[in-house]
Amino acid sequence: MTLTADDVKKIAYLARLGIDQQDVESYTKDLSGMLELMTQMSETNTDGVLPMAHPMDQSQRLRVDEVTEQDNRNNFQAIAPQVEEGLYLVPKVIE
Amino acid sequence: METSQEWETVIGLEIHTQLATKSKIFSGAATAYGAEPNTQACAVDLGLPGVLPVLNEQAVTMAVKFGLAIEAEIAPYSVFARKNYFYPDLPKGYQISQFELPIVGNGHLDIDVDGTTKRIGITRAHLEEDAGKSLHENFHGMSGIDLNRAGTPLLEIVSEPEMRSAKEAVAYMRKIHELVRYLGICDGNMQEGSFRCDANVSVRPLGQQQFGTRAEIKNINSFKFVEKAINHEVERQIELIENGGKVVQETRLYDSVKDETRSMRSKEEANDYRYFPDPDLLPVFISEEFKSQIKAQLPELPNARKQRFREQYQLDDENAGILTASRQLADYFEFVVNESACEAKLCANWITGDLVAALNKADLDITESPVNTQRLAGLLLRINDNTISGKIAKQVFELMWQSSSTADEIIAEKGLKQITDSGAIETIIDKIIADNPDQVEQYLSGKDKVFAFFVGQVMKEMQGKANPAEVNKMLKAKLK
Repeated sequence: MTLTADDVKKIAYLARLGIDQQDVESYTKDLSGMLELMTQMSETNTDGVLPMAHPMDQSQRLRVDEVTEQDNRNNFQAIAPQVEEGLYLVPKVIE
Repeated sequence: METSQEWETVIGLEIHTQLATKSKIFSGAATAYGAEPNTQACAVDLGLPGVLPVLNEQAVTMAVKFGLAIEAEIAPYSVFARKNYFYPDLPKGYQISQFELPIVGNGHLDIDVDGTTKRIGITRAHLEEDAGKSLHENFHGMSGIDLNRAGTPLLEIVSEPEMRSAKEAVAYMRKIHELVRYLGICDGNMQEGSFRCDANVSVRPLGQQQFGTRAEIKNINSFKFVEKAINHEVERQIELIENGGKVVQETRLYDSVKDETRSMRSKEEANDYRYFPDPDLLPVFISEEFKSQIKAQLPELPNARKQRFREQYQLDDENAGILTASRQLADYFEFVVNESACEAKLCANWITGDLVAALNKADLDITESPVNTQRLAGLLLRINDNTISGKIAKQVFELMWQSSSTADEIIAEKGLKQITDSGAIETIIDKIIADNPDQVEQYLSGKDKVFAFFVGQVMKEMQGKANPAEVNKMLKAKLK
């Protein structure tokens, strides 16, 4: 599978990454190369092999349902760009 | 225009239930509702660099409970995935959810609509974290973000597209609501957003196999609105198609004030979530042993309990339905039956009648009832042994509601004990007959209706305390 320059721009937009126009071509080539490797791997016979969701072959450890965190708002908000009435302020997201 | 075409509605629901854990799904921050903004949002919930999620055992247990209750398959192996999108109330830029391998798959729930039972398939139920809240007003052109809700555990319950009317959709939503509260996994508080739903709605010509294009109505938080929103959307789609238009797949919002749905401005790439397994979380393995431990803790479920109430207590469908709609109300009923040893039907009628009406009027839950099971049982006992009539019992009940006295105390204090002494009743009857010669004549000349007048007069004279059956019998004999 080969990506086009438009695919790369779309992926960058979805990830909110700004990429320079001059780099699009090399990204396209590199990403296509990665997909090519995937295609090669897909050709391996994996009959009877269970797909892995994680490289560590272990079960998720579970936490007891207890409140262990204290209110730390003042510290967190000290490093926020803008706060008001305990809220984090961000550029308006709807009109 | 001509509308010979008959349409069939197809509905599937996605219900988001907030799980009633103390702490969040991946952090130790509290989940309590109504705290000051951002006082329950820790470094994990804020998505600060370097933090790692650790899964809450109780959230897993609750999901498995639900799965067992709908006779679903519990995945022995399930995986968390990242759902990627950008919005300020989602600080990490992704929501941790489940995609390919959800914890609960393939269950079902029976609903009753117009006297028939229908089985609705439940495709899956998966665990995920809730997002924060955005406040768009009064911040001089900015949006305010409260992340207290971020990371609250949700169980998203996805039905098959098997409902065929808004009525069925409401019945299904109510059943799920009832079930999650029975299981104690969700408080069901819709005002606070603990229980909300998205409806996928489409129409197709009756008889056609293939589904029509669906629209998704987002974030409906009341039973009334789900019915109205669906009915409105169905009308809109039919009108659109009959006028030569096409339904577009889109997300719509229901406006309860205008009673209409309208398109949400859909961003171009909005639906490309690029799910992938979250490398921060290992797969969750659920053993047979864990499953059977949870199964052993399951309470009797609403449908089973309703059936038992009908058989064991000989209740009609309506009363059995009302009583089992909440686990606490059903418990209350069974306590009263056991304590009063009265006929179950009497207990059921009093609870679904006077008690529920009084609770509704005072906007109280059964758990907040001023009249507890012992006191109500005490009242019913006195009806049962003819100490008071049903009519007087209503007075006693009202006085019990306003005080902490028992029925016996109120009956004694107010002198409400029914008079069964026939001598006393006879004296009154004789007096009434002597005082009303005209009515006696009318009655004797065949005006049967006048009989009620005499009963009324006697009861009035005796302040309602006479046994009505006794009064009837004696009057009949006297007026011959």
